[in-house]
Amino acid sequence: MRSTIISAIERVAFEQKRTIAPLTDDLPLVESGLDSLCLAILVARLEDITGRDPFGLGDVSLPTTFGELVAFYEHAA
Amino acid sequence: MPLKSLSLASLVETGAAGRSIWMRDAVVSLEDCARKTGLGGSFELLEGKSVILLTGDQLKTAAALIDLDGWARRLVLCPPDFELRHLGAVIRDAQVDALVYDGQVEPPVETGLALLAPCGLALRQRSIVPIRRFETEWALLTSGTTGDPKMVIHTLATLMGAIAPGHDDRPVQNWATFYDIRRFGGLQIFLRAAAGRGSLTLRTAGEAVEDFLDRVSSTEVTHISGTPSHWRLVLIGSAARPAAIEYVRLSGEISDSAVLNALASLFPGARIAHAYASTEAGVAFEVEDGRAGFPASLLGESDDGVTMKLVDGSLAIRSNRTALRYLGEGAPELRDAEGFVDTADMIEVRGERCFFVGRRGGIINVGGAKVNPEEVEAVINLHAGVHASLVKARKNPVTGALVEAVVVLKAGVQETPGLRDEIIAQCAERLAPYKVPALVRFAPSLAVTAGGKLLRQT
Repeated sequence: MRSTIISAIERVAFEQKRTIAPLTDDLPLVESGLDSLCLAILVARLEDITGRDPFGLGDVSLPTTFGELVAFYEHAA
Repeated sequence: MPLKSLSLASLVETGAAGRSIWMRDAVVSLEDCARKTGLGGSFELLEGKSVILLTGDQLKTAAALIDLDGWARRLVLCPPDFELRHLGAVIRDAQVDALVYDGQVEPPVETGLALLAPCGLALRQRSIVPIRRFETEWALLTSGTTGDPKMVIHTLATLMGAIAPGHDDRPVQNWATFYDIRRFGGLQIFLRAAAGRGSLTLRTAGEAVEDFLDRVSSTEVTHISGTPSHWRLVLIGSAARPAAIEYVRLSGEISDSAVLNALASLFPGARIAHAYASTEAGVAFEVEDGRAGFPASLLGESDDGVTMKLVDGSLAIRSNRTALRYLGEGAPELRDAEGFVDTADMIEVRGERCFFVGRRGGIINVGGAKVNPEEVEAVINLHAGVHASLVKARKNPVTGALVEAVVVLKAGVQETPGLRDEIIAQCAERLAPYKVPALVRFAPSLAVTAGGKLLRQT
């Protein structure tokens, strides 16, 4: 899942001509170099690739760091 | 009471010999329609009445319209997909006195109407010589998405305001259309055929495009009309193009440069015109310069009595071709205090050119930034491998919505990830980042409404 998310992020960043910070677990998403449009696209792509839509699960605490984002998708199985 | 100067019957009783309306399996002579009736003895009872036409097919509708214009007080034209559950409301709002129905089936039950008149295509001499003294109101139904349909009132004069009258010294125009004449777009072409002194070839429901075009060839059609979606169907097929075509007309949807260019190469030498019209606003203008959009110089007042302006980006039109009003109790005002009809079609002015960018309601909101689907579709359609596209909103937890594109490729073009990247890159070159489709899916075809427009509701 981690590698899927990383390659999706790299792809979105490339398309949107964004430079991204090294993706460490404690990297806050707001400092990742991805803006809200990039994050929106990432979430939509991940839904298509993984079939998972953790945001659609309702009352969940949203991820704020890269590590939490990975966990968010891993736990949404 | 003065005689009407113009009735539909008077338009079709002269002109080329043998002029007719052709369908795949039937034909009716326009001259006969002018001189005879398909309503039998009911004809004389319909004078001055408000009449609803639920005739079952286009030929019977055409015959009844010619029969009754100037004779009935009001004609209510039901579109082909009219749902009978709305019949009661339409009868009430249009104060209908009589129903003309397909003579081969049982009339709809429980209309409460005293006069039910069957119509057929075995036209017979009328028992009287009609004196057509009514400025008949034509009530057209607009396609509401919910509730009962709205009705707008036209007259033959408003409907024909944009049509040059035929003259004996002008070449005869033989028309064809993909539209159904029971809708505004098709009705326009029916009336153009009536004024053009020639024949009309109509597509039978479900008829294959190739078969229809074969008939268009054999009936020597010179003028042909459809929506851009209809024309894309023609462009897919490799059918031989009808040779006699002089004039190709697009309306009902935004004509982008991809479809205009393709038609120009398919019909070299023909005039390619795209028209702007709606049931409410009537025919506003047509453009023949082969480019998408229209000259900004058309804004303001023009010589032909059409005034156009932009109100918050939406096109508003005042002319003697707009509908007169909505029908029914509590109906909204169709025209504002100055006589303008708001079209809800959004315009973007770029230099000397105005471009249609979509419907006011159809806007996709990406994190507060507005995207018109049609603007994005026009860019996608520029790609050489793309046949057609549909852009729509996809729900998103971050921005509320994202732009998603469904793309139909041209025959023989392979779906590849590289192609998807090319399409996205082409959009990125020409559009703001939030307008670029975040997701591109390929599909074998796109759904089209009964009226020949891309189905946007999913």
